[in-house]
Amino acid sequence: MFYIHCPYCGEHREEEEFHPKGQAHIVRPKDPESCSDEEWGDYLFFRDNPRGVHHELWVHAVGCRKFFNITRHTVTYEILETYKMGEQPTITAETYAASAQPESEASQVVKQAGVRA
Amino acid sequence: MTQPNRIAWDGLQIDRRRALSFRFNGKTYQGYEGDTLASALLANGVHLVGRSFKYHRPRGILSAGVEEPNALVELGREGAHQPNLRATEIPLFDGLEARSQNCWPSLKWDLGAAVQLASPMLTAGFYYKTFMQPSWAWRHYEKVIRKAAGLGKAPTVRDEARYDKRHQYCDLLVVGAGPAGLMAATSAARRSARVILVDERRELGGMLLEESVHIAGQTAKQWVQQTLAELEALETVTVLPRTTVFGRYRHGKFGLVQHTEQGQVLHSVHARRAVMATGAIERPMVFSDNDRPGVMLAGAIRRYIRCYGVVPGRRAAIFTNNDSAYETARCLREAGAEVAAIVDLRERAPSVAGLDDVEILTQAEVVGVQGSQHVKAVEIEVGSKRRRIACDLLCVSGGWTPTIHLLAHGGKDTLAYDAAWGAFIPTCSEPVPGIHATGACNGAQSLVNILAQGIAAGEAAAEALGCEAATPVALPEVQHRGGELSPSAAPVCEVRGGRGKKFVDLQDDVTVRDLELALREGYRSIEHVKRYTTLGMGTDQGRTSNINGMRIVAERLGKRIDEVGTTTFRPPFTPVSLGALAGRESDRRLDVLRRSPIHDWHVRNGAVFMPSGLWLRPQYYRRPGHGETLTEAARKEAANVRDKVGIADVSTLGKIEVQGRDAAEFLNRLYINRCGNVGLHKARYGVMLREDGFVFDDGTVVKLADNRYLISTTTVNAGAVLSHMEFHQQMVWPELSVHIEPVTEQWAVVALAGPASREVLARLMPEEDVSNQALPFLGYREVCFQGVTTRLFRISFSGELAYEIAVPADHGLTLWEALLEAGEPFGIMPYGLEAMDYLRIEKGHLIIGTDIDGRVTPHDIGLGGMIRGDDDFIGRRSLQRPALTEEGRPRLVGFVSADGETPIPASAQLVAERWTGTPQDSLGRITSPGFSPVLDCPIALGLAEVEAEGGSLYAVSPLTGEQAEVTVTRPVFHDPKGERLRG
Repeated sequence: MFYIHCPYCGEHREEEEFHPKGQAHIVRPKDPESCSDEEWGDYLFFRDNPRGVHHELWVHAVGCRKFFNITRHTVTYEILETYKMGEQPTITAETYAASAQPESEASQVVKQAGVRA
Repeated sequence: MTQPNRIAWDGLQIDRRRALSFRFNGKTYQGYEGDTLASALLANGVHLVGRSFKYHRPRGILSAGVEEPNALVELGREGAHQPNLRATEIPLFDGLEARSQNCWPSLKWDLGAAVQLASPMLTAGFYYKTFMQPSWAWRHYEKVIRKAAGLGKAPTVRDEARYDKRHQYCDLLVVGAGPAGLMAATSAARRSARVILVDERRELGGMLLEESVHIAGQTAKQWVQQTLAELEALETVTVLPRTTVFGRYRHGKFGLVQHTEQGQVLHSVHARRAVMATGAIERPMVFSDNDRPGVMLAGAIRRYIRCYGVVPGRRAAIFTNNDSAYETARCLREAGAEVAAIVDLRERAPSVAGLDDVEILTQAEVVGVQGSQHVKAVEIEVGSKRRRIACDLLCVSGGWTPTIHLLAHGGKDTLAYDAAWGAFIPTCSEPVPGIHATGACNGAQSLVNILAQGIAAGEAAAEALGCEAATPVALPEVQHRGGELSPSAAPVCEVRGGRGKKFVDLQDDVTVRDLELALREGYRSIEHVKRYTTLGMGTDQGRTSNINGMRIVAERLGKRIDEVGTTTFRPPFTPVSLGALAGRESDRRLDVLRRSPIHDWHVRNGAVFMPSGLWLRPQYYRRPGHGETLTEAARKEAANVRDKVGIADVSTLGKIEVQGRDAAEFLNRLYINRCGNVGLHKARYGVMLREDGFVFDDGTVVKLADNRYLISTTTVNAGAVLSHMEFHQQMVWPELSVHIEPVTEQWAVVALAGPASREVLARLMPEEDVSNQALPFLGYREVCFQGVTTRLFRISFSGELAYEIAVPADHGLTLWEALLEAGEPFGIMPYGLEAMDYLRIEKGHLIIGTDIDGRVTPHDIGLGGMIRGDDDFIGRRSLQRPALTEEGRPRLVGFVSADGETPIPASAQLVAERWTGTPQDSLGRITSPGFSPVLDCPIALGLAEVEAEGGSLYAVSPLTGEQAEVTVTRPVFHDPKGERLRG
């Protein structure tokens, strides 16, 4: 059960309040008619499934109903950060690999978006 | 009534002033307040409590706690009982009623025991081997297997027990209230951490309650009480006895189930940090007939004597591979029992004070147990000499296994094999970030170390939590009477000699031979051996058997035990009842139930309801005294709409208001037919696609004012359409200035349909001009009805002249009753979903979820012509995908029953020839079967790969075998030009 910090509400809430919506940062093509079938198929159907750091789209379904992004480690399930729509992640697979492992699951939860101790 | 095995003893957990009466297998016994069912049975000399799973061998109580594999009973009145409860964990109460399981006709004379004669056949994997051939016989085998399979019987009446749920948050969760847990909780609590301390037992103190020890100058019991008193005085501390932490989940989440007098409470605890102080569980030894009643764990004997004053035997033998069982010998003698001999596997016995006159046999083994329903004697082998020792109790100890399950719920890499324990222990004191392991479960052996580790864990947790400093807890002084004994065990748990069955897993009847057979048949991975033999797969999850099983497998494979490894640990630690998981969410509270504002009227007037999403909607009205069937009532209701006038409650349809500068553009991009361009005070029927090109939802879009639109959705899709719109507003076009507000529940809506509907409306609102010129088809007007804002739409789903009238929800019933009154001279009648279905099928109107099932494009259902303009909308590009444009896709067609009578079956497949059972290619399927009041004949809509009207097909239900010959028609059966709804 995840414990997720909603960057809009500014609070940690139980996973039951949220819905996952797949990979984050998928941009709808500006001019779909000019896409080839392959390009359109990539946009529609193909998603990354990395082992490790992954950026996901979630929605605070029974809270503020805002969509936001979660950077999550798919092996340890650690939530490394949550950030608003239109923002870029500060932690990526590359920066994560370069940094030392944080010390505790619980303190990571607290560190999400740097709010609340 | 006397309790032959009860003695007087200081510091007991029972209250001798409160005698309790209980029944077991129909016989009445006495016990005391504070007893468990197991201690009370043993006090009464009852050892035989059950029959084993596979061989139906007599079984007794092995342990005194959560690890019990044998003593599973049914608790409560037969039928209303709870099955598979451990007698060692059931607190005794007056009037308790329990029964043995797995035996017939009685526990003592069990016919199932005859299965032992067939035991050579019942080896590991016997299900797979024995019942494979011939294949046709499986249905006969299955009946027998089903009858024999499973532990206990399911209750037959509804569960009246009470269950509830709680969400809790704390800084520190301490699991286990033994010496380590108490110290950890005290240390952290003194530093103002919010602490939850849990223990699965009713009496807290863990191992202290079974040891003869003084702490800080007090008896163990006094010290535990004093420590608990300090904790309970703090507001920041919650102590939960009889509470099991059954699972550890992600992000510091724990699942707990608390047993109280009133019922069970499921706690979902989010803990910032946790301390595991779960102690250790004793292992039995593996030898011939080691399952006989009267063979018990040595540590359990100490608990029965020191907690409950129960001495389970008069003359005991002890069989051990470690020192801790010697304490049992001392304890038995203090309790007045005789210790016949201590049989020690090891070369050298410890020198233990107070046992000078007890016979201690080293390098000795128990090779047999005599007495089938109770131990009478044990056969021992010392060197090559055999001896028989008469006894009525055999205490065994094969070492101790640290309880590391919760630590391992996230993975096994937190564990390492430890030779001194002969078991797995955590790799360090914080094996999982944020989770501290302490005390015996962390490998601490002496009580001083356990207490010191507890203090250290509490301090470390408080430090990591950033708690303020406080005077640290001082390590209390420990005095053992007669010296402390180590649980370090010799690395042997198994006796090779002896002729009887040697059980490794008592609950699943897995023997050493079964393990050997699995290995001979090529199983190597411990996970496979487990599944093939069912080792450790019972409700006790192999708490007493897993390590012994792994040791035997490792030994046979010539590997080290850590090379064999453990099986995966998964929640729950102990079985959790379904009732506890459900909590209050059962029956009517299982899910949200939504009712329309007019619901009570429907109930009073004979409505039969059907679910539609979370809503309840009238399916038809069973008029009092008429005794109509669904079909009769619905045909009458539908005909009344065609001939006269009817009303239907359509409040459940989803309603969403879209406002803002860019609302029109937003809607144009969502609908295939540019619904944002609808004229002021006009309605337009619109269709939405998913981005993959398939039809998602349909409904009307009404322009209420400039930059303000009301859209309707199908009842079940209201939430999904809202999410779809929010996704596109927030994620795809954040630059559009749009505000989206769901308003479904704010409005009650009534559909008024039929040739007389305009007259009814005119009578209802005499001051309004409702003529065809003033309110044409697809027109909208805001009016005032009885002083409230009312929205009047001229929309038709039935195909008749029709209106939808919306009032604020509180006024729904007033509107409904006023319409019935105004329509009375015209023969008005309410109609339900079934009649609505007949009417819309006649008209060829489609329903999301039946005709439109997420696999159809607008072109498939004849709506391709609705696509307007060249601009992009959601799903447009996907319509060009090759699969969606290819020839031969099923298209919407209508069908009439060829003989005008035979009903068209639901979910029918369409085939070319009359169905005789010979396979034929499916040409499509029926999506909406119905009946046409106008044609007086069964009709249907369907999706099929046919072109020509007038052709003949067969609609066959693969489930029921029903079939009907059908004629292909256009998917509109009534008023194809729409003159009635425009008139």
